[in-house]
Amino acid sequence: MALEDRNRVVILEDRVENVSGAEFPLSFDGQETAFNMESFRDSFDIKIIRVTPTDIEFDLIGVDASIANALRRVLIAEIPTMAIEKVYMINNTGIVQDEVLAHRLGLIPIKADPSEFLWKHDGSVPTDQNTIVFRLDVTCEVNRAAETGETDPKIKYINSAVYSSQLVWDPKGDQGVRFESNPIKPVHDEILITKLRPGQTISCELHCEKGVGKDHAKFSPVATASYRLLPEIQILEDITGDDAELFRSCFPPGVVDIVEERGVRKAKVVNPRKDTVSREVLRHKQFEGKVRLTRVRNHFIFNVESTGAIPPETLISQALDVLVEKCEISKTALAAAVKNGEEDE
Amino acid sequence: MDTSEDLPNYIALQTVPERKFDILPGASADLTSVTFCVKEEDHTLGNSLRWAIMQNPQVDFCGYSIPHPSEAKMNIRIQTTEKSNAIDAMDKGINDLKSVCQLMKAKFQQRCQEGDYARID
Repeated sequence: MALEDRNRVVILEDRVENVSGAEFPLSFDGQETAFNMESFRDSFDIKIIRVTPTDIEFDLIGVDASIANALRRVLIAEIPTMAIEKVYMINNTGIVQDEVLAHRLGLIPIKADPSEFLWKHDGSVPTDQNTIVFRLDVTCEVNRAAETGETDPKIKYINSAVYSSQLVWDPKGDQGVRFESNPIKPVHDEILITKLRPGQTISCELHCEKGVGKDHAKFSPVATASYRLLPEIQILEDITGDDAELFRSCFPPGVVDIVEERGVRKAKVVNPRKDTVSREVLRHKQFEGKVRLTRVRNHFIFNVESTGAIPPETLISQALDVLVEKCEISKTALAAAVKNGEEDE
Repeated sequence: MDTSEDLPNYIALQTVPERKFDILPGASADLTSVTFCVKEEDHTLGNSLRWAIMQNPQVDFCGYSIPHPSEAKMNIRIQTTEKSNAIDAMDKGINDLKSVCQLMKAKFQQRCQEGDYARID
Protein backbone atom coordinates (compact mmCIF):
# COMPACT_ATOMS: atom_id res chain seq x y z
CA MET A 1 0.00 0.00 0.00
CA ALA A 2 2.76 2.41 0.95
CA LEU A 3 4.65 1.63 -2.26
CA GLU A 4 1.58 2.30 -4.38
CA ASP A 5 0.72 5.45 -2.49
CA ARG A 6 4.16 6.89 -3.12
CA ASN A 7 3.28 6.71 -6.77
CA ARG A 8 0.17 8.85 -6.44
CA VAL A 9 -0.46 12.59 -6.53
CA VAL A 10 -3.39 13.20 -4.15
CA ILE A 11 -6.01 15.75 -5.19
CA LEU A 12 -7.81 17.37 -2.28
CA GLU A 13 -10.53 19.99 -2.20
CA ASP A 14 -8.20 22.96 -1.90
CA ARG A 15 -4.73 21.69 -2.74
CA VAL A 16 -2.68 18.95 -4.34
CA GLU A 17 -0.44 16.74 -2.16
CA ASN A 18 2.57 14.56 -2.77
CA VAL A 19 3.39 16.34 -6.01
CA SER A 20 7.10 15.63 -6.31
CA GLY A 21 8.30 12.07 -6.10
CA ALA A 22 11.27 11.06 -3.99
CA GLU A 23 12.32 8.36 -6.42
CA PHE A 24 15.99 8.53 -5.58
CA PRO A 25 18.26 5.81 -4.21
CA LEU A 26 18.43 5.53 -0.43
CA SER A 27 15.34 7.71 0.19
CA PHE A 28 13.40 4.72 1.56
CA ASP A 29 14.58 1.69 3.50
CA GLY A 30 14.99 -1.39 1.44
CA GLN A 31 14.70 0.50 -1.82
CA GLU A 32 16.65 -0.58 -4.86
CA THR A 33 19.86 1.42 -4.76
CA ALA A 34 21.21 2.18 -8.20
CA PHE A 35 19.47 2.83 -11.49
CA ASN A 36 19.01 -0.51 -13.13
CA MET A 37 18.37 -0.74 -16.86
CA GLU A 38 16.81 -4.17 -16.39
CA SER A 39 14.24 -3.05 -13.85
CA PHE A 40 13.52 0.03 -15.95
CA ARG A 41 13.02 -2.16 -19.00
CA ASP A 42 10.53 -4.27 -17.04
CA SER A 43 8.51 -1.43 -15.61
CA PHE A 44 8.49 0.73 -18.74
CA ASP A 45 5.77 0.45 -21.38
CA ILE A 46 4.29 2.42 -24.27
CA LYS A 47 0.72 1.87 -25.39
CA ILE A 48 -0.53 3.46 -28.58
CA ILE A 49 -4.24 4.14 -28.34
CA ARG A 50 -5.22 5.91 -31.56
CA VAL A 51 -3.49 7.13 -34.71
CA THR A 52 -5.04 9.39 -37.37
CA PRO A 53 -3.25 11.18 -40.22
CA THR A 54 -2.76 14.18 -37.94
CA ASP A 55 -3.10 13.01 -34.32
CA ILE A 56 -1.63 10.35 -32.10
CA GLU A 57 -2.71 9.43 -28.59
CA PHE A 58 -0.33 7.20 -26.67
CA ASP A 59 0.54 6.29 -23.08
CA LEU A 60 4.00 6.47 -21.56
CA ILE A 61 4.18 4.31 -18.44
CA GLY A 62 7.03 4.00 -15.97
CA VAL A 63 9.14 7.06 -16.80
CA ASP A 64 9.81 10.11 -14.69
CA ALA A 65 8.03 13.41 -15.33
CA SER A 66 11.28 15.05 -16.43
CA ILE A 67 11.63 12.67 -19.37
CA ALA A 68 7.98 13.04 -20.40
CA ASN A 69 8.36 16.81 -20.23
CA ALA A 70 11.60 16.68 -22.22
CA LEU A 71 9.78 14.71 -24.91
CA ARG A 72 6.98 17.28 -24.97
CA ARG A 73 9.41 20.20 -25.15
CA VAL A 74 11.36 18.59 -28.00
CA LEU A 75 8.13 17.91 -29.92
CA ILE A 76 7.19 21.58 -29.71
CA ALA A 77 10.53 23.31 -30.17
CA GLU A 78 13.32 21.11 -31.49
CA ILE A 79 12.12 19.11 -34.47
CA PRO A 80 13.03 20.84 -37.74
CA THR A 81 10.52 21.62 -40.48
CA MET A 82 10.52 23.69 -43.66
CA ALA A 83 8.76 27.05 -43.62
CA ILE A 84 8.85 30.22 -45.71
CA GLU A 85 11.73 32.26 -44.37
CA LYS A 86 12.49 34.88 -47.05
CA VAL A 87 9.91 36.74 -49.08
CA TYR A 88 11.19 38.72 -52.07
CA MET A 89 8.42 41.23 -52.83
CA ILE A 90 8.43 42.19 -56.48
CA ASN A 91 5.06 43.93 -56.52
CA ASN A 92 2.45 44.38 -53.81
CA THR A 93 -0.34 46.84 -54.51
CA GLY A 94 -2.77 45.11 -52.15
CA ILE A 95 -3.95 46.74 -48.97
CA VAL A 96 -2.06 44.39 -46.63
CA GLN A 97 1.44 45.69 -45.83
CA ASP A 98 4.51 43.82 -47.14
CA GLU A 99 5.71 42.74 -43.72
CA VAL A 100 2.28 41.59 -42.54
CA LEU A 101 1.87 39.57 -45.74
CA ALA A 102 5.36 38.09 -45.26
CA HIS A 103 4.49 37.17 -41.68
CA ARG A 104 1.31 35.39 -42.79
CA LEU A 105 3.18 33.54 -45.54
CA GLY A 106 5.74 32.31 -43.01
CA LEU A 107 3.05 30.69 -40.89
CA ILE A 108 1.75 28.49 -43.71
CA PRO A 109 2.77 24.84 -43.04
CA ILE A 110 4.67 23.35 -46.00
CA LYS A 111 4.40 19.65 -46.78
CA ALA A 112 8.07 18.86 -47.30
CA ASP A 113 10.19 16.25 -45.52
CA PRO A 114 12.83 18.27 -43.67
CA SER A 115 15.26 15.33 -43.51
CA GLU A 116 15.70 15.65 -47.29
CA PHE A 117 17.14 19.13 -46.87
CA LEU A 118 20.30 20.51 -45.35
CA TRP A 119 20.56 23.41 -42.94
CA LYS A 120 21.16 26.79 -44.53
CA HIS A 121 23.61 29.01 -42.69
CA ASP A 122 23.15 32.77 -42.60
CA GLY A 123 24.83 34.35 -45.56
CA SER A 124 25.37 31.16 -47.51
CA VAL A 125 24.08 30.73 -51.04
CA PRO A 126 20.61 29.18 -51.45
CA THR A 127 20.97 25.83 -53.24
CA ASP A 128 18.56 23.10 -54.27
CA GLN A 129 19.72 21.14 -51.19
CA ASN A 130 18.70 23.74 -48.62
CA THR A 131 15.97 25.90 -50.13
CA ILE A 132 12.49 25.42 -51.60
CA VAL A 133 11.25 28.17 -53.94
CA PHE A 134 7.60 29.13 -54.37
CA ARG A 135 6.07 31.89 -56.43
CA LEU A 136 2.91 33.78 -55.69
CA ASP A 137 1.50 35.76 -58.61
CA VAL A 138 -2.11 36.94 -58.23
CA THR A 139 -3.96 39.80 -59.87
CA CYS A 140 -7.55 40.71 -59.10
CA GLU A 141 -9.85 41.64 -61.99
CA VAL A 142 -13.51 42.44 -62.54
CA ASN A 143 -15.60 39.45 -63.63
CA ARG A 144 -17.28 40.54 -66.87
CA ALA A 145 -19.64 37.56 -66.73
CA ALA A 146 -21.19 38.56 -63.41
CA GLU A 147 -24.60 40.27 -63.30
CA THR A 148 -24.75 43.96 -62.52
CA GLY A 149 -25.86 44.46 -58.93
CA GLU A 150 -23.96 41.34 -57.74
CA THR A 151 -22.62 41.94 -54.23
CA ASP A 152 -20.68 38.75 -53.42
CA PRO A 153 -16.99 39.59 -54.07
CA LYS A 154 -16.21 35.97 -54.90
CA ILE A 155 -18.49 36.22 -57.92
CA LYS A 156 -18.13 39.90 -58.74
CA TYR A 157 -14.30 39.71 -58.97
CA ILE A 158 -11.78 37.11 -60.08
CA ASN A 159 -9.08 36.32 -57.44
CA SER A 160 -10.64 38.56 -54.81
CA ALA A 161 -9.18 36.26 -52.12
CA VAL A 162 -5.69 34.77 -52.22
CA TYR A 163 -5.51 31.21 -50.89
CA SER A 164 -2.51 28.99 -50.11
CA SER A 165 -3.42 26.82 -53.11
CA GLN A 166 -2.16 29.68 -55.30
CA LEU A 167 1.41 29.18 -54.09
CA VAL A 168 3.25 27.62 -57.04
CA TRP A 169 6.27 25.42 -56.37
CA ASP A 170 9.26 26.14 -58.61
CA PRO A 171 11.45 23.00 -58.56
CA LYS A 172 15.13 23.91 -58.69
CA GLY A 173 18.05 21.68 -59.61
CA ASP A 174 17.23 18.02 -58.95
CA GLN A 175 14.18 18.74 -56.77
CA GLY A 176 11.86 17.89 -59.64
CA VAL A 177 13.28 14.38 -59.74
CA ARG A 178 13.69 13.90 -55.97
CA PHE A 179 10.10 14.88 -55.21
CA GLU A 180 8.43 13.48 -58.29
CA SER A 181 6.15 11.16 -56.30
CA ASN A 182 5.18 13.70 -53.64
CA PRO A 183 5.40 17.25 -54.96
CA ILE A 184 6.03 20.00 -52.46
CA LYS A 185 3.02 22.14 -51.62
CA PRO A 186 1.36 23.76 -48.60
CA VAL A 187 -0.33 21.25 -46.31
CA HIS A 188 -3.73 22.95 -46.62
CA ASP A 189 -5.17 24.57 -49.73
CA GLU A 190 -7.83 26.68 -48.07
CA ILE A 191 -5.69 28.97 -45.94
CA LEU A 192 -6.74 32.55 -46.67
CA ILE A 193 -3.62 34.68 -47.14
CA THR A 194 -5.08 38.04 -48.10
CA LYS A 195 -7.87 39.77 -50.03
CA LEU A 196 -7.59 41.90 -53.16
CA ARG A 197 -9.78 44.17 -55.27
CA PRO A 198 -9.58 44.88 -59.04
CA GLY A 199 -6.31 46.42 -60.13
CA GLN A 200 -4.38 45.13 -57.11
CA THR A 201 -1.68 42.57 -57.61
CA ILE A 202 0.80 40.57 -55.54
CA SER A 203 3.94 39.19 -57.09
CA CYS A 204 6.63 37.66 -54.91
CA GLU A 205 9.21 34.89 -54.69
CA LEU A 206 9.26 32.81 -51.49
CA HIS A 207 12.24 30.89 -50.13
CA CYS A 208 11.64 28.11 -47.60
CA GLU A 209 14.41 27.09 -45.22
CA LYS A 210 14.86 24.51 -42.49
CA GLY A 211 14.39 25.74 -38.93
CA VAL A 212 13.25 24.70 -35.43
CA GLY A 213 10.45 25.95 -33.19
CA LYS A 214 13.03 27.36 -30.75
CA ASP A 215 13.92 29.92 -33.39
CA HIS A 216 10.40 30.83 -34.57
CA ALA A 217 7.07 29.20 -33.79
CA LYS A 218 6.31 28.85 -37.51
CA PHE A 219 8.81 25.98 -37.59
CA SER A 220 6.98 23.97 -34.92
CA PRO A 221 5.78 20.66 -36.43
CA VAL A 222 2.95 20.22 -33.91
CA ALA A 223 -0.27 22.12 -33.53
CA THR A 224 -0.01 21.07 -29.91
CA ALA A 225 1.73 18.37 -27.89
CA SER A 226 0.50 17.82 -24.36
CA TYR A 227 0.23 15.16 -21.71
CA ARG A 228 -1.85 14.53 -18.61
CA LEU A 229 -1.46 12.08 -15.76
CA LEU A 230 -3.82 9.12 -15.54
CA PRO A 231 -6.56 9.93 -13.01
CA GLU A 232 -7.55 7.34 -10.41
CA ILE A 233 -10.68 7.29 -8.26
CA GLN A 234 -10.42 5.19 -5.10
CA ILE A 235 -13.72 4.31 -3.42
CA LEU A 236 -12.78 3.72 0.22
CA GLU A 237 -16.28 2.82 1.48
CA ASP A 238 -19.21 1.50 -0.56
CA ILE A 239 -21.51 4.11 -2.02
CA THR A 240 -25.03 2.75 -2.42
CA GLY A 241 -28.56 3.65 -3.52
CA ASP A 242 -29.36 7.29 -4.30
CA ASP A 243 -25.89 8.34 -3.26
CA ALA A 244 -24.56 6.14 -6.03
CA GLU A 245 -26.67 8.05 -8.59
CA LEU A 246 -25.31 11.36 -7.32
CA PHE A 247 -21.81 9.90 -7.36
CA ARG A 248 -22.18 8.89 -10.98
CA SER A 249 -23.40 12.36 -11.99
CA CYS A 250 -20.31 13.95 -10.43
CA PHE A 251 -18.11 12.44 -13.14
CA PRO A 252 -18.21 12.58 -16.96
CA PRO A 253 -20.44 9.86 -18.49
CA GLY A 254 -18.71 6.50 -18.73
CA VAL A 255 -16.40 6.90 -15.74
CA VAL A 256 -18.65 5.46 -13.03
CA ASP A 257 -21.22 2.69 -13.44
CA ILE A 258 -23.88 1.39 -11.06
CA VAL A 259 -23.76 -2.37 -10.47
CA GLU A 260 -26.23 -4.47 -8.54
CA GLU A 261 -24.57 -6.70 -5.93
CA ARG A 262 -26.77 -8.82 -3.67
CA GLY A 263 -29.76 -6.55 -4.16
CA VAL A 264 -27.78 -3.40 -3.36
CA ARG A 265 -27.00 -0.84 -6.08
CA LYS A 266 -23.36 0.18 -5.72
CA ALA A 267 -21.19 2.65 -7.57
CA LYS A 268 -18.17 1.23 -9.36
CA VAL A 269 -15.40 3.00 -11.27
CA VAL A 270 -15.12 1.49 -14.75
CA ASN A 271 -13.10 3.94 -16.85
CA PRO A 272 -11.09 6.48 -14.85
CA ARG A 273 -9.21 7.49 -17.99
CA LYS A 274 -12.21 9.49 -19.19
CA ASP A 275 -12.28 11.54 -16.00
CA THR A 276 -11.42 15.22 -16.29
CA VAL A 277 -10.79 15.56 -12.51
CA SER A 278 -13.22 18.41 -11.94
CA ARG A 279 -13.32 17.48 -8.22
CA GLU A 280 -17.12 17.90 -8.25
CA VAL A 281 -17.37 14.86 -5.97
CA LEU A 282 -15.36 16.64 -3.25
CA ARG A 283 -18.06 19.30 -2.99
CA HIS A 284 -20.67 16.93 -1.56
CA LYS A 285 -20.63 16.24 2.19
CA GLN A 286 -22.03 12.73 1.86
CA PHE A 287 -18.88 11.50 0.10
CA GLU A 288 -16.44 12.82 2.67
CA GLY A 289 -14.02 10.05 3.60
CA LYS A 290 -15.53 7.65 1.06
CA VAL A 291 -13.63 8.71 -2.04
CA ARG A 292 -10.03 9.60 -2.79
CA LEU A 293 -9.04 11.36 -6.03
CA THR A 294 -5.49 10.70 -7.13
CA ARG A 295 -3.33 10.71 -10.23
CA VAL A 296 -0.73 8.08 -11.10
CA ARG A 297 2.58 9.90 -11.14
CA ASN A 298 4.37 7.94 -13.85
CA HIS A 299 1.54 7.23 -16.30
CA PHE A 300 1.43 9.94 -18.98
CA ILE A 301 -1.36 10.18 -21.54
CA PHE A 302 0.15 12.05 -24.49
CA ASN A 303 -1.87 13.76 -27.17
CA VAL A 304 0.14 15.03 -30.14
CA GLU A 305 -1.46 16.83 -33.07
CA SER A 306 0.76 17.41 -36.09
CA THR A 307 0.34 20.37 -38.47
CA GLY A 308 0.47 17.89 -41.33
CA ALA A 309 4.03 18.36 -42.54
CA ILE A 310 5.31 15.29 -40.65
CA PRO A 311 3.13 12.24 -39.80
CA PRO A 312 2.59 11.88 -36.03
CA GLU A 313 4.35 8.51 -35.55
CA THR A 314 7.45 9.89 -37.27
CA LEU A 315 7.30 12.93 -34.98
CA ILE A 316 7.66 10.82 -31.84
CA SER A 317 10.54 8.76 -33.26
CA GLN A 318 12.29 11.95 -34.36
CA ALA A 319 11.79 13.55 -30.96
CA LEU A 320 13.44 10.57 -29.26
CA ASP A 321 16.26 10.71 -31.84
CA VAL A 322 16.79 14.38 -31.00
CA LEU A 323 17.04 13.52 -27.29
CA VAL A 324 19.61 10.81 -28.04
CA GLU A 325 21.52 13.29 -30.19
CA LYS A 326 21.58 15.77 -27.30
CA CYS A 327 23.11 13.08 -25.09
CA GLU A 328 25.75 12.23 -27.69
CA ILE A 329 26.70 15.89 -28.16
CA SER A 330 26.89 16.28 -24.37
CA LYS A 331 29.21 13.29 -24.08
CA THR A 332 31.75 14.69 -26.53
CA ALA A 333 31.41 18.14 -25.00
CA LEU A 334 32.06 16.72 -21.52
CA ALA A 335 35.24 14.99 -22.71
CA ALA A 336 36.36 18.28 -24.30
CA ALA A 337 35.62 20.18 -21.10
CA VAL A 338 37.71 17.76 -19.04
CA LYS A 339 40.57 18.15 -21.51
CA ASN A 340 40.21 21.96 -21.42
CA GLY A 341 40.24 21.84 -17.64
CA GLU A 342 43.48 19.88 -17.65
CA GLU A 343 45.05 22.24 -20.18
CA ASP A 344 44.04 25.33 -18.26
CA GLU A 345 45.91 24.04 -15.24
CA MET B 1 31.61 30.40 -45.85
CA ASP B 2 30.80 27.21 -47.71
CA THR B 3 32.17 24.79 -45.12
CA SER B 4 28.67 23.34 -44.71
CA GLU B 5 29.84 20.04 -46.17
CA ASP B 6 32.42 19.58 -43.39
CA LEU B 7 29.97 20.14 -40.52
CA PRO B 8 28.16 17.04 -39.29
CA ASN B 9 24.49 17.07 -40.21
CA TYR B 10 22.71 17.15 -36.87
CA ILE B 11 18.97 16.59 -36.80
CA ALA B 12 17.99 19.48 -34.61
CA LEU B 13 20.66 22.13 -34.81
CA GLN B 14 23.18 23.75 -37.08
CA THR B 15 26.29 24.14 -34.98
CA VAL B 16 27.54 23.15 -31.55
CA PRO B 17 29.00 26.06 -29.51
CA GLU B 18 32.73 25.85 -28.91
CA ARG B 19 32.87 25.31 -25.16
CA LYS B 20 29.51 23.63 -24.76
CA PHE B 21 30.39 22.11 -21.40
CA ASP B 22 32.57 24.25 -19.17
CA ILE B 23 33.76 23.60 -15.64
CA LEU B 24 33.18 26.72 -13.58
CA PRO B 25 35.93 27.92 -11.23
CA GLY B 26 35.42 26.84 -7.64
CA ALA B 27 35.38 23.11 -8.28
CA SER B 28 36.95 21.02 -5.54
CA ALA B 29 40.50 19.79 -6.14
CA ASP B 30 39.53 16.12 -6.29
CA LEU B 31 36.62 16.96 -8.63
CA THR B 32 33.96 15.51 -6.32
CA SER B 33 32.12 18.87 -6.31
CA VAL B 34 31.84 20.49 -9.73
CA THR B 35 29.54 23.01 -11.38
CA PHE B 36 29.24 22.61 -15.15
CA CYS B 37 28.06 25.45 -17.34
CA VAL B 38 26.24 24.06 -20.39
CA LYS B 39 25.61 26.40 -23.30
CA GLU B 40 22.55 26.36 -25.56
CA GLU B 41 20.57 24.01 -23.32
CA ASP B 42 17.53 24.49 -21.14
CA HIS B 43 15.08 22.51 -19.02
CA THR B 44 14.69 19.89 -21.75
CA LEU B 45 18.12 18.42 -21.14
CA GLY B 46 18.64 19.94 -17.69
CA ASN B 47 15.78 18.33 -15.82
CA SER B 48 16.12 14.90 -17.47
CA LEU B 49 19.90 14.87 -16.96
CA ARG B 50 19.42 15.88 -13.33
CA TRP B 51 17.02 12.94 -12.86
CA ALA B 52 19.46 10.53 -14.51
CA ILE B 53 22.37 11.73 -12.36
CA MET B 54 20.32 11.49 -9.16
CA GLN B 55 19.67 7.79 -9.78
CA ASN B 56 23.33 7.17 -8.97
CA PRO B 57 23.72 6.32 -5.25
CA GLN B 58 27.22 7.84 -5.20
CA VAL B 59 25.75 11.28 -5.92
CA ASP B 60 25.12 13.35 -2.78
CA PHE B 61 23.71 16.39 -4.53
CA CYS B 62 22.59 17.27 -8.03
CA GLY B 63 20.75 20.38 -9.12
CA TYR B 64 20.46 22.59 -12.17
CA SER B 65 19.52 26.21 -12.69
CA ILE B 66 19.20 28.70 -15.51
CA PRO B 67 20.96 31.87 -14.30
CA HIS B 68 18.99 34.18 -16.61
CA PRO B 69 16.29 33.28 -19.13
CA SER B 70 17.69 35.66 -21.72
CA GLU B 71 21.00 33.81 -21.83
CA ALA B 72 21.07 30.28 -23.20
CA LYS B 73 23.15 28.84 -20.36
CA MET B 74 22.41 26.21 -17.76
CA ASN B 75 24.44 25.49 -14.62
CA ILE B 76 24.41 21.96 -13.28
CA ARG B 77 26.12 21.12 -9.98
CA ILE B 78 27.11 17.63 -8.88
CA GLN B 79 28.53 16.64 -5.52
CA THR B 80 29.55 13.03 -5.00
CA THR B 81 30.96 10.85 -2.23
CA GLU B 82 34.69 10.12 -2.18
CA LYS B 83 34.08 6.81 -3.97
CA SER B 84 33.36 8.59 -7.25
CA ASN B 85 33.80 11.97 -8.86
CA ALA B 86 31.52 14.46 -10.59
CA ILE B 87 32.89 13.82 -14.06
CA ASP B 88 32.15 10.10 -13.80
CA ALA B 89 28.72 10.85 -12.36
CA MET B 90 27.93 13.18 -15.25
CA ASP B 91 29.18 10.64 -17.76
CA LYS B 92 27.11 7.87 -16.19
CA GLY B 93 24.06 10.16 -16.12
CA ILE B 94 24.40 10.98 -19.82
CA ASN B 95 24.83 7.29 -20.68
CA ASP B 96 21.81 6.27 -18.62
CA LEU B 97 19.66 8.99 -20.16
CA LYS B 98 20.76 7.93 -23.63
CA SER B 99 19.89 4.28 -22.90
CA VAL B 100 16.48 5.28 -21.56
CA CYS B 101 15.71 7.30 -24.71
CA GLN B 102 16.93 4.53 -27.01
CA LEU B 103 14.80 2.00 -25.15
CA MET B 104 11.78 4.28 -25.43
CA LYS B 105 12.29 4.64 -29.17
CA ALA B 106 12.73 0.88 -29.68
CA LYS B 107 9.58 0.18 -27.67
CA PHE B 108 7.62 2.84 -29.56
CA GLN B 109 8.64 1.47 -32.94
CA GLN B 110 7.82 -2.04 -31.77
CA ARG B 111 4.33 -0.88 -30.76
CA CYS B 112 3.89 0.89 -34.12
CA GLN B 113 4.80 -2.34 -35.90
CA GLU B 114 2.40 -4.42 -33.82
CA GLY B 115 -0.40 -2.14 -34.95
CA ASP B 116 -2.54 -2.86 -31.88
CA TYR B 117 -4.36 0.46 -31.96
CA ALA B 118 -7.30 2.20 -33.58
CA ARG B 119 -6.20 3.51 -36.94
CA ILE B 120 -8.49 6.16 -38.39
CA ASP B 121 -7.80 7.39 -41.91
